[in-house]
Amino acid sequence: MPHAPNAGQTTNNHQLNRGVWGAAGAPAQVPFNTVGQRVPLKDAFRKVTGEGIYADDMRLPGMLHARILRSTHAHARIRSIDTRAAEALPGVRAVITGAESDRRFGVLPVSEDETALATDKAIYVGDPVAAVAADSEEIAAQAIWLIEVDYEPLPEFLKPQDSLKQVPPEHQLHDKVDKGHPGTNVHKAVDQEFGDVQGAFKQAACIVNGEFKFDGITHAPTEPHAVLAHWDADDRLNLFTPQQVPHYTHKALSKVLDLPMHRIQVIRTMVGGGFGGKSDPFQHEMVVAMLSRRTRRPVKLTMDREEIFLTGRGRHPTEGKLAMAFGADGKLLGLDSDIIIDGGAFASFGVVSTYYNGVLSNGPYLLPAFRYKGRRIYSNRIPSGAMRGHGSVNPRYCTETLVDMAAVKLGLDPCELRLRNFLQPNTLTPFHKFRITSNGVREALLEAMKRSDWKNKWGKLPYGHGIGVGCSFFISGSALPIHWNKLPQSTVHLKIDFDGGVTVHSMAADIGQGSDTVLAQCVAEVLGVKLDRVHVKSQASDMAPVDLGSYSSRVTFMAGNAARDAAEKARALLADAAAKLTGQPAQYFDFVDEQLICRSKPHIRVSFMDALHEAHSGRGALAVSGCYQSPPLGTEFKGSNAGLSPSYSFSAFICELKVDPDTGIVTPIKVWAAHDCGRALNPLSVEGQIEGSVHMGLGQALTEQMRYRGGQLLNANLLDYKIPMTVDTPEIEAIAIESVDPEGPFGAKEAGEGALAPIIPAVGNAIYDAIGVRMFEVPMTPERILRAIEAKKREQTK
Amino acid sequence: MAKKILRCTVNGRQIELAVAPNQTLVQVLRDELNLTGTKVGCDMGTCGCCTVHINGKAKLSCLTLALECQGAQITTIEGLNQYELHPLQKAFAEKGGSQCGFCTPGFIMKSAALLAENPAPSREEIAAGLSGNLCRCTGYVKIYDAVEQAAQEMQRAEAPAPAPART
Repeated sequence: MPHAPNAGQTTNNHQLNRGVWGAAGAPAQVPFNTVGQRVPLKDAFRKVTGEGIYADDMRLPGMLHARILRSTHAHARIRSIDTRAAEALPGVRAVITGAESDRRFGVLPVSEDETALATDKAIYVGDPVAAVAADSEEIAAQAIWLIEVDYEPLPEFLKPQDSLKQVPPEHQLHDKVDKGHPGTNVHKAVDQEFGDVQGAFKQAACIVNGEFKFDGITHAPTEPHAVLAHWDADDRLNLFTPQQVPHYTHKALSKVLDLPMHRIQVIRTMVGGGFGGKSDPFQHEMVVAMLSRRTRRPVKLTMDREEIFLTGRGRHPTEGKLAMAFGADGKLLGLDSDIIIDGGAFASFGVVSTYYNGVLSNGPYLLPAFRYKGRRIYSNRIPSGAMRGHGSVNPRYCTETLVDMAAVKLGLDPCELRLRNFLQPNTLTPFHKFRITSNGVREALLEAMKRSDWKNKWGKLPYGHGIGVGCSFFISGSALPIHWNKLPQSTVHLKIDFDGGVTVHSMAADIGQGSDTVLAQCVAEVLGVKLDRVHVKSQASDMAPVDLGSYSSRVTFMAGNAARDAAEKARALLADAAAKLTGQPAQYFDFVDEQLICRSKPHIRVSFMDALHEAHSGRGALAVSGCYQSPPLGTEFKGSNAGLSPSYSFSAFICELKVDPDTGIVTPIKVWAAHDCGRALNPLSVEGQIEGSVHMGLGQALTEQMRYRGGQLLNANLLDYKIPMTVDTPEIEAIAIESVDPEGPFGAKEAGEGALAPIIPAVGNAIYDAIGVRMFEVPMTPERILRAIEAKKREQTK
Repeated sequence: MAKKILRCTVNGRQIELAVAPNQTLVQVLRDELNLTGTKVGCDMGTCGCCTVHINGKAKLSCLTLALECQGAQITTIEGLNQYELHPLQKAFAEKGGSQCGFCTPGFIMKSAALLAENPAPSREEIAAGLSGNLCRCTGYVKIYDAVEQAAQEMQRAEAPAPAPART
């Protein structure tokens, strides 16, 4: 379905930012109260003292402990399970198997393919098969090994090509597969073609292509998954879990347990790192809830480190064949992309991943012709899912490497080639109609070039020493709802009672990224109060309205706007009260330093508390609700919702490194990381997000890989799965580029995910600058680098 | 396994407890004494989250059997702040050295031991000293900032008088 490329200017009909203040407020250019200040996280002091409560820190009276028995086969029919010996062990209170429930669930309603425990077959090594609740963890651990499972092994699907083939129904991992590929193990296929791709490659002055391969990687949060379920005496289920998305767990529990949502309370405990790895509704959450239903006692499960690896949902192992066409002037003409991603055992976020692997290549450059063939396959491996930079990271490595190759071919500086192709602010992408509003990518790249002294280094450093660049863009909150309903994407309740405390109720999940702090800042800014007056309650679903949670980099933008909306409503009530007390018009009042000051007569002022008590009279506590819903976006072809966002972040990174050509060891020296976050509401957090993204990206670039033998993960521990430690991590200069987004809260957009993708190609391109070899496999381990050097030598001697 | 009596001091408090020979120190701290500030990230000595002080030295409490600590002085993150925040705790909060916070107690305990040995470490010395502790959030930059700030503050301040204990 070809569409004419018409990337023109767009009028922006959805200006939420009515100046900096709402209709009741002051002029737009008032200096900020708390926005833009480097403030410690609201919960930082609980974290540094050990007072913060994570799920495994919880203990309830009468609490039992659970362990899960996991499959030792990658693909096997379960003939029978004998639990009698386990049940007979003293201290065992309940044993459950797949017979407990065959209700299916999954994060996406379009692909619910998980059950709490395997029902008829196990489909990966680690698939939960049975579970025990016992008086102690030791007894539970002993009991699961008394459970006898009779497996009948089935052919294992461990190579993506095998999953594309027609197989008998009993060899399909799931009964529902992609409609266009019946009888296979293809989970999702996406084919898109826009513009004249053939023509683009025909008229190109320069064509570059490559075959790329990426190992799977995993989130590896320091906090293990842990969950505590309490089916209480009131016949309600309380589930304590470190969830990024408590709402989807809430929905899944309701479905699997056949219990109305109002009889379930999901309580998010402190989240010790998520990165996408705690955003699916999980089997272990269902299992523990069922064990509590059976025993009517609190049941807690804490995974060991190996189980965290097995639970998975990390970045998909990826194989891609990509080609790009450029004109003689360096203008990008087209992209042809063919990508297979290995989804492992379950669907998880995979439908979205399949789209993102293609459509998120329509930036940060203007792409006039685009073809994408994407396949996500099921395999008998650990399930893949959403991980920081979801779906954009691996394809970005491919395209950023190809752009670099094109620059070499065309004899251009790679930064210069990029500068010639960037999307402009306030434009639509030609085909998917991604609405680009604020865009600081040009400023980001120029700033990184300046600080790194790029022009004096690129192509000029001695052999073994190099510098490279990578650019990216990312959604700032998915506008696509996972559940189609009329709920706003974010709702925030705000209560101001007689004590003057401002309580913000939201289910936006603080996972360490500092979202509670951002919400407090947005509210404090509008009300002109100190940050310590604002308390954020974002843990218990009984106490807070629905928010879609912490994924797709949506919280600052969406929950931030909802918090601001709620605060503006409270502000209007307070301004009315000040008007009543002073006889001045309500709209004349500025809210500064806990005072309401009349703009035309600044000597007339009312303290925040006086205004509050006046506002309370005759009505009680102020309680208001604010919300956010993204504007209508995009276009109308099937799948066109994927990648839509009310705003996009942009980034440009430069990395300097050394490569030892004898050992293949890469030593990063410094990273200049410029990220356009719209406005840094809390620069301390924005820098922390950028630095953390660089660190995580460097892990994928150089050392992190999930290594298998057959279906068995070989390195399910933090010693063999190599995350950069202090001594492996270079100096990182985080640079916040503030493009001031027209619709973000106070101009803000995301900073948590988009900043990961560019570091990996920056490393690859720096390796090329250092030793002249292109790396098509990630991570770029010493072995792979040595092989690339050898291959190049062989080619030169031919 | 028959339990034995463990006598030691935890955060200044005298402890007398029946402990199984295979119980690790972190299990006793968290499960018996309810000192849940010490975290378990891997339970195999690879992440540093469970770092505590045993007789003033930073040790991994997941690799230490509780009964090895007979007569020892043990300090956990909860014992570092007696009445007021330790400069490291203040600095980790203020400088953004803690994001998700799960590795933070371990980092702070390790940093405290580091500063006891080397009150004015360079950035390289801090990195080397903390190389056994894993942080998945920060990229370590703001952790270095925090340790530097705390080192400066501790050097400026007179050594504080030891405060009464709490556990």
